[in-house]
Amino acid sequence: MADKILMKGNEAIAEAAIKAGCMHYFGYPITPQTEVAAYMAKRMPKIGGCFLQAESEIAAINMVYGVACTGKRVMTSSSSPGISLKSEGLSYLAGADLPSLVVNVQRGGPGLGGIQPSQADYFQATKGGGHGDFKMLVLAPSSVQEMADLTVKGFDLADKYRMTAMILADGTMGQMMEPVSLDYDVKQTVEKPWATTGTKMERDHNIVTSLFLNPDELEVLNFERYDRYKYIEENEVMYEEYLMDDAEICIAAFGIAARVAKNAINEARKNGVKVGLIRPITLWPFPVAPFKKAAEQVKEIISVELSMGQMIEDVKLASECKVPVTLCNRSGGMIPSPEQVLEAIYKAQGGAK
Amino acid sequence: MTREILLSGFGGQGILFTGKFLAYQGLLADKNVSWLPSYGPEMRGGTASCSVIISDEPVGSPIISEPDILIAMNLPSFEKFVPTVKKGGIVIADSSLIEAKTDRDDIDAYYIPATGLASDMGKQSLANMIILGKLLSVLGEFDEENIKATLQKVIPPKKAEMLEINMNAIKIGAQN
Repeated sequence: MADKILMKGNEAIAEAAIKAGCMHYFGYPITPQTEVAAYMAKRMPKIGGCFLQAESEIAAINMVYGVACTGKRVMTSSSSPGISLKSEGLSYLAGADLPSLVVNVQRGGPGLGGIQPSQADYFQATKGGGHGDFKMLVLAPSSVQEMADLTVKGFDLADKYRMTAMILADGTMGQMMEPVSLDYDVKQTVEKPWATTGTKMERDHNIVTSLFLNPDELEVLNFERYDRYKYIEENEVMYEEYLMDDAEICIAAFGIAARVAKNAINEARKNGVKVGLIRPITLWPFPVAPFKKAAEQVKEIISVELSMGQMIEDVKLASECKVPVTLCNRSGGMIPSPEQVLEAIYKAQGGAK
Repeated sequence: MTREILLSGFGGQGILFTGKFLAYQGLLADKNVSWLPSYGPEMRGGTASCSVIISDEPVGSPIISEPDILIAMNLPSFEKFVPTVKKGGIVIADSSLIEAKTDRDDIDAYYIPATGLASDMGKQSLANMIILGKLLSVLGEFDEENIKATLQKVIPPKKAEMLEINMNAIKIGAQN
Protein backbone atom coordinates (compact mmCIF):
# COMPACT_ATOMS: atom_id res chain seq x y z
CA MET A 1 0.00 0.00 0.00
CA ALA A 2 1.85 2.98 -1.30
CA ASP A 3 -0.02 5.58 0.73
CA LYS A 4 0.70 3.91 4.06
CA ILE A 5 3.76 4.62 6.17
CA LEU A 6 5.03 3.16 9.41
CA MET A 7 4.69 5.53 12.33
CA LYS A 8 4.74 5.39 16.09
CA GLY A 9 1.37 6.05 17.68
CA ASN A 10 2.74 9.18 19.33
CA GLU A 11 4.00 10.52 16.01
CA ALA A 12 0.70 9.67 14.31
CA ILE A 13 -1.16 11.75 16.90
CA ALA A 14 1.14 14.70 16.28
CA GLU A 15 0.92 14.58 12.48
CA ALA A 16 -2.85 14.04 12.56
CA ALA A 17 -3.21 17.07 14.84
CA ILE A 18 -1.30 19.20 12.36
CA LYS A 19 -3.45 17.86 9.53
CA ALA A 20 -6.49 18.82 11.62
CA GLY A 21 -5.28 22.40 11.66
CA CYS A 22 -3.70 22.48 15.10
CA MET A 23 -0.92 25.04 14.89
CA HIS A 24 -0.27 25.39 18.62
CA TYR A 25 1.23 22.73 20.85
CA PHE A 26 2.35 23.14 24.44
CA GLY A 27 3.89 20.32 26.41
CA TYR A 28 6.42 19.00 28.82
CA PRO A 29 8.35 15.77 28.24
CA ILE A 30 7.38 12.56 30.01
CA THR A 31 7.76 8.90 29.01
CA PRO A 32 5.97 7.28 27.20
CA GLN A 33 4.54 10.22 25.23
CA THR A 34 7.66 12.30 24.59
CA GLU A 35 7.61 11.56 20.83
CA VAL A 36 4.49 13.73 20.51
CA ALA A 37 6.43 16.75 21.74
CA ALA A 38 9.57 15.78 19.81
CA TYR A 39 7.60 15.48 16.57
CA MET A 40 5.90 18.84 17.17
CA ALA A 41 9.25 20.48 17.95
CA LYS A 42 10.53 19.31 14.59
CA ARG A 43 7.45 20.07 12.47
CA MET A 44 5.82 23.20 13.91
CA PRO A 45 8.63 25.67 13.07
CA LYS A 46 8.60 24.40 9.46
CA ILE A 47 4.90 25.16 8.96
CA GLY A 48 4.71 28.41 10.84
CA GLY A 49 3.13 26.81 13.88
CA CYS A 50 4.00 27.17 17.53
CA PHE A 51 5.78 24.52 19.56
CA LEU A 52 6.57 25.54 23.09
CA GLN A 53 8.08 23.39 25.79
CA ALA A 54 6.53 24.88 28.89
CA GLU A 55 8.25 25.06 32.25
CA SER A 56 5.74 22.57 33.64
CA GLU A 57 2.58 20.66 32.82
CA ILE A 58 0.55 23.27 34.68
CA ALA A 59 1.98 26.04 32.53
CA ALA A 60 1.33 24.01 29.37
CA ILE A 61 -2.38 23.46 30.07
CA ASN A 62 -2.83 27.15 30.86
CA MET A 63 -1.17 28.05 27.57
CA VAL A 64 -3.73 25.74 25.96
CA TYR A 65 -6.44 27.73 27.75
CA GLY A 66 -5.01 30.94 26.35
CA VAL A 67 -4.95 29.81 22.74
CA ALA A 68 -8.36 28.13 23.08
CA CYS A 69 -9.81 31.54 24.04
CA THR A 70 -8.85 32.79 20.59
CA GLY A 71 -10.75 29.96 18.90
CA LYS A 72 -7.64 28.33 17.41
CA ARG A 73 -7.15 24.59 17.57
CA VAL A 74 -4.68 23.76 20.32
CA MET A 75 -3.39 20.72 22.13
CA THR A 76 -1.16 19.35 24.85
CA SER A 77 -0.05 15.84 25.67
CA SER A 78 1.37 14.08 28.68
CA SER A 79 1.35 10.84 30.62
CA SER A 80 -0.45 9.98 33.84
CA PRO A 81 1.39 12.03 36.53
CA GLY A 82 1.52 14.96 34.11
CA ILE A 83 -2.22 14.76 33.50
CA SER A 84 -2.83 14.98 37.25
CA LEU A 85 -0.91 18.26 37.19
CA LYS A 86 -3.11 19.47 34.36
CA SER A 87 -6.38 18.71 36.10
CA GLU A 88 -6.90 22.24 37.44
CA GLY A 89 -6.56 23.55 33.89
CA LEU A 90 -8.92 20.89 32.55
CA SER A 91 -11.57 22.07 35.00
CA TYR A 92 -11.05 25.71 33.98
CA LEU A 93 -11.33 24.78 30.29
CA ALA A 94 -14.62 23.03 31.05
CA GLY A 95 -15.87 25.95 33.16
CA ALA A 96 -15.11 28.36 30.33
CA ASP A 97 -16.56 26.01 27.66
CA LEU A 98 -13.34 25.98 25.68
CA PRO A 99 -12.48 23.36 23.05
CA SER A 100 -9.10 21.65 23.35
CA LEU A 101 -7.41 18.34 22.71
CA VAL A 102 -5.48 16.64 25.50
CA VAL A 103 -3.58 13.39 25.07
CA ASN A 104 -2.85 11.00 27.93
CA VAL A 105 -0.48 8.15 27.02
CA GLN A 106 -0.98 6.33 30.29
CA ARG A 107 1.71 4.68 32.41
CA GLY A 108 1.56 2.65 35.59
CA GLY A 109 0.60 4.44 38.80
CA PRO A 110 -0.32 5.72 41.32
CA GLY A 111 2.25 8.37 42.14
CA LEU A 112 5.27 8.65 39.94
CA GLY A 113 4.62 4.95 39.30
CA GLY A 114 6.48 3.43 36.37
CA ILE A 115 6.74 4.00 32.65
CA GLN A 116 5.12 0.84 31.33
CA PRO A 117 1.60 0.80 29.79
CA SER A 118 -1.49 1.20 31.93
CA GLN A 119 -5.20 1.99 31.75
CA ALA A 120 -5.50 3.06 35.35
CA ASP A 121 -6.49 6.66 34.54
CA TYR A 122 -9.93 5.56 33.35
CA PHE A 123 -11.66 6.98 36.43
CA GLN A 124 -9.66 10.19 36.18
CA ALA A 125 -10.56 10.66 32.52
CA THR A 126 -14.22 9.65 32.63
CA LYS A 127 -15.31 10.64 36.14
CA GLY A 128 -12.94 13.14 37.61
CA GLY A 129 -10.79 15.18 35.26
CA GLY A 130 -10.76 17.94 37.87
CA HIS A 131 -13.01 19.68 40.41
CA GLY A 132 -16.61 20.61 39.72
CA ASP A 133 -19.41 19.22 37.56
CA PHE A 134 -18.00 18.48 34.14
CA LYS A 135 -17.20 15.83 31.56
CA MET A 136 -14.60 15.39 28.87
CA LEU A 137 -15.03 13.50 25.63
CA VAL A 138 -12.77 10.48 26.13
CA LEU A 139 -11.54 8.59 23.06
CA ALA A 140 -9.69 5.29 23.38
CA PRO A 141 -7.63 4.26 20.32
CA SER A 142 -6.72 0.63 19.75
CA SER A 143 -4.31 1.01 16.81
CA VAL A 144 -1.90 3.57 15.42
CA GLN A 145 -4.45 4.38 12.71
CA GLU A 146 -7.01 5.12 15.40
CA MET A 147 -4.49 7.26 17.29
CA ALA A 148 -4.53 9.48 14.21
CA ASP A 149 -8.22 9.17 13.27
CA LEU A 150 -9.45 9.88 16.79
CA THR A 151 -7.16 12.90 17.07
CA VAL A 152 -8.86 14.43 14.03
CA LYS A 153 -12.27 13.37 15.33
CA GLY A 154 -11.39 14.74 18.78
CA PHE A 155 -10.69 18.23 17.41
CA ASP A 156 -13.99 18.21 15.52
CA LEU A 157 -15.98 17.07 18.56
CA ALA A 158 -14.19 19.53 20.84
CA ASP A 159 -15.12 22.42 18.55
CA LYS A 160 -18.68 21.22 18.09
CA TYR A 161 -19.42 20.89 21.79
CA ARG A 162 -16.94 23.43 23.21
CA MET A 163 -15.31 20.77 25.36
CA THR A 164 -11.98 19.10 25.97
CA ALA A 165 -11.53 15.91 24.02
CA MET A 166 -9.07 13.54 25.64
CA ILE A 167 -7.22 10.81 23.77
CA LEU A 168 -6.78 8.09 26.40
CA ALA A 169 -4.01 5.86 25.07
CA ASP A 170 -1.31 3.84 26.82
CA GLY A 171 2.40 3.17 26.48
CA THR A 172 2.06 0.42 23.87
CA MET A 173 -0.20 2.55 21.65
CA GLY A 174 2.24 5.43 21.89
CA GLN A 175 5.39 3.41 21.26
CA MET A 176 4.31 0.85 18.68
CA MET A 177 4.61 1.38 14.93
CA GLU A 178 1.95 0.29 12.50
CA PRO A 179 1.04 1.26 8.96
CA VAL A 180 -0.97 4.44 8.97
CA SER A 181 -2.63 6.56 6.34
CA LEU A 182 -2.93 10.27 7.12
CA ASP A 183 -4.96 11.28 4.13
CA TYR A 184 -7.32 13.76 5.78
CA ASP A 185 -9.17 16.63 4.26
CA VAL A 186 -10.13 18.56 7.38
CA LYS A 187 -12.43 21.51 7.16
CA GLN A 188 -12.98 23.52 10.31
CA THR A 189 -16.65 24.33 9.98
CA VAL A 190 -17.61 25.37 13.52
CA GLU A 191 -18.09 29.12 13.93
CA LYS A 192 -16.64 30.53 17.14
CA PRO A 193 -18.37 33.87 17.71
CA TRP A 194 -17.38 33.67 21.38
CA ALA A 195 -13.63 33.76 20.66
CA THR A 196 -11.53 36.65 21.88
CA THR A 197 -10.15 37.81 18.56
CA GLY A 198 -10.26 41.60 18.97
CA THR A 199 -13.42 43.70 18.64
CA LYS A 200 -12.02 46.04 15.96
CA MET A 201 -14.40 48.47 17.76
CA GLU A 202 -17.22 46.73 15.89
CA ARG A 203 -18.71 44.52 18.57
CA ASP A 204 -18.91 44.14 22.32
CA HIS A 205 -16.10 42.46 24.17
CA ASN A 206 -16.16 38.69 24.35
CA ILE A 207 -15.36 37.49 27.84
CA VAL A 208 -14.10 33.95 28.43
CA THR A 209 -14.12 32.99 32.08
CA SER A 210 -14.98 30.22 34.49
CA LEU A 211 -15.67 32.60 37.39
CA PHE A 212 -19.35 33.04 38.25
CA LEU A 213 -19.89 34.31 41.78
CA ASN A 214 -23.65 34.35 41.49
CA PRO A 215 -24.80 30.77 42.21
CA ASP A 216 -28.08 31.22 40.30
CA GLU A 217 -26.12 32.02 37.18
CA LEU A 218 -23.59 29.22 37.73
CA GLU A 219 -26.34 26.67 38.26
CA VAL A 220 -27.99 27.63 34.98
CA LEU A 221 -24.66 27.24 33.18
CA ASN A 222 -24.15 23.81 34.71
CA PHE A 223 -27.67 22.73 33.79
CA GLU A 224 -27.09 23.89 30.22
CA ARG A 225 -23.79 22.09 30.08
CA TYR A 226 -25.39 18.85 31.25
CA ASP A 227 -28.13 19.19 28.60
CA ARG A 228 -25.30 19.26 26.09
CA TYR A 229 -23.73 16.19 27.75
CA LYS A 230 -27.05 14.37 27.47
CA TYR A 231 -27.21 15.18 23.76
CA ILE A 232 -23.65 13.84 23.35
CA GLU A 233 -24.54 10.63 25.19
CA GLU A 234 -27.37 10.12 22.72
CA ASN A 235 -25.42 11.02 19.59
CA GLU A 236 -21.68 10.51 19.84
CA VAL A 237 -21.16 7.00 21.23
CA MET A 238 -18.61 4.93 19.33
CA TYR A 239 -17.78 1.26 19.82
CA GLU A 240 -16.76 -1.86 17.93
CA GLU A 241 -18.43 -5.23 18.22
CA TYR A 242 -16.40 -8.31 17.34
CA LEU A 243 -18.09 -11.72 16.91
CA MET A 244 -20.97 -10.73 19.20
CA ASP A 245 -23.80 -12.11 17.02
CA ASP A 246 -23.86 -15.57 18.55
CA ALA A 247 -21.73 -14.84 21.63
CA GLU A 248 -22.48 -16.55 24.94
CA ILE A 249 -19.61 -14.80 26.69
CA CYS A 250 -18.80 -11.12 26.19
CA ILE A 251 -15.47 -9.44 26.73
CA ALA A 252 -15.37 -5.73 27.50
CA ALA A 253 -12.03 -4.14 26.70
CA PHE A 254 -10.58 -1.00 25.14
CA GLY A 255 -7.21 0.02 23.71
CA ILE A 256 -4.40 -2.52 23.98
CA ALA A 257 -6.53 -4.79 26.19
CA ALA A 258 -9.00 -5.21 23.33
CA ARG A 259 -6.22 -6.37 21.03
CA VAL A 260 -4.98 -8.92 23.53
CA ALA A 261 -8.60 -10.03 24.00
CA LYS A 262 -9.05 -10.56 20.24
CA ASN A 263 -6.16 -13.04 20.23
CA ALA A 264 -7.82 -14.95 23.07
CA ILE A 265 -11.25 -14.80 21.40
CA ASN A 266 -9.89 -16.20 18.12
CA GLU A 267 -8.21 -19.03 20.03
CA ALA A 268 -11.35 -19.79 22.05
CA ARG A 269 -13.49 -19.77 18.90
CA LYS A 270 -11.19 -22.44 17.40
CA ASN A 271 -12.27 -24.60 20.34
CA GLY A 272 -15.94 -23.86 19.78
CA VAL A 273 -16.41 -21.36 22.60
CA LYS A 274 -18.80 -18.62 21.54
CA VAL A 275 -17.17 -15.49 22.81
CA GLY A 276 -17.25 -11.94 21.46
CA LEU A 277 -15.98 -8.48 22.25
CA ILE A 278 -17.50 -5.07 22.82
CA ARG A 279 -14.77 -2.46 22.52
CA PRO A 280 -15.75 1.03 23.66
CA ILE A 281 -14.08 3.65 21.45
CA THR A 282 -15.67 6.50 23.37
CA LEU A 283 -15.19 5.85 27.09
CA TRP A 284 -17.28 8.93 27.73
CA PRO A 285 -19.93 8.85 26.42
CA PHE A 286 -19.88 5.17 27.42
CA PRO A 287 -21.56 2.70 25.05
CA VAL A 288 -24.39 1.71 27.40
CA ALA A 289 -26.77 0.27 24.80
CA PRO A 290 -24.56 -2.57 23.47
CA PHE A 291 -23.80 -3.81 26.99
CA LYS A 292 -27.46 -3.59 27.95
CA LYS A 293 -28.26 -5.71 24.90
CA ALA A 294 -25.41 -8.13 25.60
CA ALA A 295 -26.76 -8.71 29.11
CA GLU A 296 -29.89 -10.22 27.51
CA GLN A 297 -27.77 -12.59 25.44
CA VAL A 298 -24.60 -13.69 27.23
CA LYS A 299 -24.07 -15.54 30.49
CA GLU A 300 -21.07 -13.56 31.64
CA ILE A 301 -19.20 -10.36 30.80
CA ILE A 302 -15.45 -10.29 31.40
CA SER A 303 -13.86 -6.87 31.71
CA VAL A 304 -10.22 -7.03 30.60
CA GLU A 305 -8.24 -4.07 31.91
CA LEU A 306 -4.74 -2.81 32.64
CA SER A 307 -5.90 -1.56 36.03
CA MET A 308 -7.38 -2.88 39.25
CA GLY A 309 -10.79 -2.73 37.57
CA GLN A 310 -12.19 0.68 36.64
CA MET A 311 -14.23 0.36 33.44
CA ILE A 312 -15.87 -2.70 35.04
CA GLU A 313 -18.04 -0.31 37.08
CA ASP A 314 -19.50 1.23 33.92
CA VAL A 315 -19.97 -2.24 32.43
CA LYS A 316 -21.93 -3.28 35.53
CA LEU A 317 -24.08 -0.15 35.33
CA ALA A 318 -24.70 -0.57 31.61
CA SER A 319 -25.58 -4.26 31.90
CA GLU A 320 -27.65 -3.50 35.01
CA CYS A 321 -25.89 -6.43 36.70
CA LYS A 322 -28.22 -8.86 34.90
CA VAL A 323 -25.29 -11.23 34.36
CA PRO A 324 -22.08 -11.67 36.35
CA VAL A 325 -19.38 -9.18 35.39
CA THR A 326 -15.90 -10.44 36.23
CA LEU A 327 -12.46 -8.88 36.01
CA CYS A 328 -9.40 -10.15 34.14
CA ASN A 329 -6.58 -7.72 34.78
CA ARG A 330 -2.97 -6.77 35.38
CA SER A 331 -1.77 -3.58 36.99
CA GLY A 332 1.23 -1.35 37.53
CA GLY A 333 2.47 -1.49 33.94
CA MET A 334 1.86 -5.19 33.29
CA ILE A 335 -0.32 -6.38 30.40
CA PRO A 336 -2.66 -9.39 30.55
CA SER A 337 -1.51 -12.14 28.19
CA PRO A 338 -3.87 -13.76 25.67
CA GLU A 339 -3.43 -16.96 27.73
CA GLN A 340 -4.70 -15.20 30.87
CA VAL A 341 -7.76 -13.92 29.01
CA LEU A 342 -8.31 -17.37 27.48
CA GLU A 343 -8.28 -18.88 30.95
CA ALA A 344 -10.92 -16.38 32.08
CA ILE A 345 -13.03 -17.30 29.03
CA TYR A 346 -12.80 -21.02 29.79
CA LYS A 347 -13.65 -20.37 33.41
CA ALA A 348 -16.76 -18.45 32.34
CA GLN A 349 -17.62 -21.28 29.94
CA GLY A 350 -17.22 -23.90 32.68
CA GLY A 351 -19.52 -22.01 34.97
CA ALA A 352 -22.26 -22.41 32.37
CA LYS A 353 -25.61 -24.00 32.92
CA MET B 1 0.08 -16.73 7.81
CA THR B 2 1.47 -14.91 10.80
CA ARG B 3 5.17 -14.53 11.55
CA GLU B 4 6.27 -13.29 14.96
CA ILE B 5 9.84 -12.06 15.22
CA LEU B 6 11.57 -11.06 18.44
CA LEU B 7 14.83 -9.14 18.22
CA SER B 8 16.93 -8.56 21.30
CA GLY B 9 20.37 -7.31 22.24
CA PHE B 10 22.16 -4.37 23.82
CA GLY B 11 21.02 -0.82 23.27
CA GLY B 12 22.99 0.61 20.34
CA GLN B 13 23.28 -2.61 18.32
CA GLY B 14 20.57 -1.53 15.92
CA ILE B 15 17.91 -3.89 17.21
CA LEU B 16 15.08 -1.42 16.63
CA PHE B 17 16.39 -0.53 13.17
CA THR B 18 16.53 -4.18 12.14
CA GLY B 19 12.98 -4.60 13.38
CA LYS B 20 11.93 -1.59 11.37
CA PHE B 21 13.46 -3.15 8.25
CA LEU B 22 11.43 -6.33 8.75
CA ALA B 23 8.25 -4.35 9.43
CA TYR B 24 8.70 -2.25 6.29
CA GLN B 25 9.44 -5.36 4.26
CA GLY B 26 6.07 -6.70 5.43
CA LEU B 27 4.37 -3.42 4.62
CA LEU B 28 5.82 -3.43 1.09
CA ALA B 29 4.45 -6.94 0.64
CA ASP B 30 1.02 -5.59 1.57
CA LYS B 31 0.90 -7.45 4.89
CA ASN B 32 -0.41 -6.26 8.23
CA VAL B 33 2.49 -5.40 10.50
CA SER B 34 3.23 -4.16 14.00
CA TRP B 35 6.50 -3.06 15.57
CA LEU B 36 6.72 -2.68 19.33
CA PRO B 37 9.96 -1.67 21.08
CA SER B 38 10.90 -2.06 24.68
CA TYR B 39 11.23 1.49 25.95
CA GLY B 40 12.63 3.32 28.89
CA PRO B 41 15.85 3.15 30.89
CA GLU B 42 16.73 -0.37 29.70
CA MET B 43 17.56 1.13 26.31
CA ARG B 44 20.54 2.95 27.74
CA GLY B 45 23.22 0.30 27.93
CA GLY B 46 20.85 -2.44 29.00
CA THR B 47 18.79 -4.79 26.91
CA ALA B 48 16.84 -3.45 23.94
CA SER B 49 14.20 -5.62 22.37
CA CYS B 50 11.64 -5.27 19.68
CA SER B 51 8.63 -7.35 18.61
CA VAL B 52 7.68 -7.43 14.95
CA ILE B 53 4.54 -9.20 13.71
CA ILE B 54 3.88 -9.70 10.01
CA SER B 55 0.54 -11.25 9.11
CA ASP B 56 -2.09 -11.79 6.44
CA GLU B 57 -4.68 -11.15 9.17
CA PRO B 58 -5.13 -7.96 11.19
CA VAL B 59 -2.55 -8.01 13.99
CA GLY B 60 -4.13 -8.57 17.40
CA SER B 61 -1.81 -8.09 20.36
CA PRO B 62 1.53 -6.59 19.28
CA ILE B 63 3.21 -8.35 22.20
CA ILE B 64 5.05 -11.59 21.41
CA SER B 65 5.29 -14.29 24.06
CA GLU B 66 6.39 -17.17 21.81
CA PRO B 67 8.31 -15.99 18.74
CA ASP B 68 8.62 -17.92 15.47
CA ILE B 69 11.97 -16.24 14.94
CA LEU B 70 14.45 -14.95 17.52
CA ILE B 71 17.39 -12.72 16.73
CA ALA B 72 19.69 -12.69 19.76
CA MET B 73 22.61 -10.29 19.84
CA ASN B 74 23.76 -10.77 23.42
CA LEU B 75 23.94 -13.54 26.00
CA PRO B 76 21.17 -12.29 28.33
CA SER B 77 18.78 -12.15 25.36
CA PHE B 78 19.83 -15.61 24.19
CA GLU B 79 19.33 -17.15 27.63
CA LYS B 80 16.07 -15.35 28.27
CA PHE B 81 14.31 -15.86 24.96
CA VAL B 82 15.58 -19.13 23.41
CA PRO B 83 13.32 -21.16 25.74
CA THR B 84 10.30 -19.15 24.49
CA VAL B 85 10.83 -19.85 20.77
CA LYS B 86 8.01 -21.84 19.18
CA LYS B 87 8.68 -25.45 18.29
CA GLY B 88 10.03 -25.50 14.75
CA GLY B 89 11.14 -21.89 15.13
CA ILE B 90 14.39 -20.23 14.12
CA VAL B 91 17.13 -18.65 16.23
CA ILE B 92 19.90 -16.50 14.76
CA ALA B 93 22.58 -15.69 17.31
CA ASP B 94 25.67 -13.50 17.14
CA SER B 95 28.35 -16.04 18.05
CA SER B 96 30.98 -13.30 18.42
CA LEU B 97 29.16 -12.23 21.57
CA ILE B 98 27.35 -15.42 22.57
CA GLU B 99 29.48 -18.45 23.31
CA ALA B 100 26.53 -20.53 24.49
CA LYS B 101 24.67 -22.98 22.27
CA THR B 102 21.15 -24.19 22.84
CA ASP B 103 20.48 -27.88 23.48
CA ARG B 104 16.93 -27.57 22.15
CA ASP B 105 16.60 -29.91 19.17
CA ASP B 106 13.07 -28.80 18.22
CA ILE B 107 14.24 -25.47 16.82
CA ASP B 108 16.76 -24.46 14.14
CA ALA B 109 19.56 -22.42 15.67
CA TYR B 110 22.13 -20.63 13.52
CA TYR B 111 25.28 -19.07 14.90
CA ILE B 112 27.07 -16.40 12.94
CA PRO B 113 29.99 -14.28 14.19
CA ALA B 114 28.23 -11.12 13.11
CA THR B 115 30.13 -8.63 15.24
CA GLY B 116 33.45 -10.14 14.13
CA LEU B 117 32.45 -10.03 10.46
CA ALA B 118 31.28 -6.45 10.89
CA SER B 119 34.61 -5.50 12.49
CA ASP B 120 36.36 -7.04 9.46
CA MET B 121 34.26 -4.68 7.34
CA GLY B 122 35.56 -1.81 9.48
CA LYS B 123 32.20 -0.99 11.02
CA GLN B 124 31.15 -2.99 14.06
CA SER B 125 27.70 -1.39 14.04
CA LEU B 126 26.80 -3.40 10.92
CA ALA B 127 26.48 -6.64 12.90
CA ASN B 128 22.71 -6.24 12.88
CA MET B 129 22.63 -6.13 9.07
CA ILE B 130 24.85 -9.21 8.87
CA ILE B 131 22.43 -11.06 11.14
CA LEU B 132 19.56 -9.82 8.99
CA GLY B 133 21.28 -11.17 5.87
CA LYS B 134 21.66 -14.52 7.59
CA LEU B 135 17.99 -14.58 8.49
CA LEU B 136 16.87 -13.72 4.97
CA SER B 137 19.06 -16.45 3.51
CA VAL B 138 17.86 -19.03 6.08
CA LEU B 139 14.28 -18.14 5.18
CA GLY B 140 15.10 -18.42 1.47
CA GLU B 141 13.93 -14.83 1.08
CA PHE B 142 17.12 -13.13 -0.04
CA ASP B 143 15.97 -10.87 -2.86
CA GLU B 144 18.37 -8.06 -3.68
CA GLU B 145 15.76 -5.79 -5.31
CA ASN B 146 13.37 -6.21 -2.40
CA ILE B 147 16.13 -5.54 0.13
CA LYS B 148 17.14 -2.41 -1.70
CA ALA B 149 13.56 -1.15 -1.84
CA THR B 150 13.15 -1.80 1.87
CA LEU B 151 16.44 -0.10 2.77
CA GLN B 152 15.26 2.96 0.87
CA LYS B 153 12.28 3.08 3.23
CA VAL B 154 14.25 2.78 6.46
CA ILE B 155 17.31 4.86 5.64
CA PRO B 156 16.61 8.60 5.57
CA PRO B 157 17.57 10.35 2.28
CA LYS B 158 20.32 12.38 3.94
CA LYS B 159 22.09 9.15 4.92
CA ALA B 160 21.80 7.68 1.42
CA GLU B 161 25.45 6.61 1.44
CA MET B 162 24.53 4.04 4.12
CA LEU B 163 22.37 2.16 1.63
CA GLU B 164 25.25 0.50 -0.19
CA ILE B 165 27.13 -0.21 3.05
CA ASN B 166 24.08 -1.89 4.62
CA MET B 167 23.47 -3.84 1.43
CA ASN B 168 27.01 -5.20 1.52
CA ALA B 169 26.64 -6.24 5.14
CA ILE B 170 23.38 -8.03 4.38
CA LYS B 171 25.14 -9.89 1.52
CA ILE B 172 27.99 -10.94 3.80
CA GLY B 173 25.47 -12.23 6.30
CA ALA B 174 23.68 -14.20 3.62
CA GLN B 175 26.95 -15.84 2.49
CA ASN B 176 28.13 -16.92 5.94
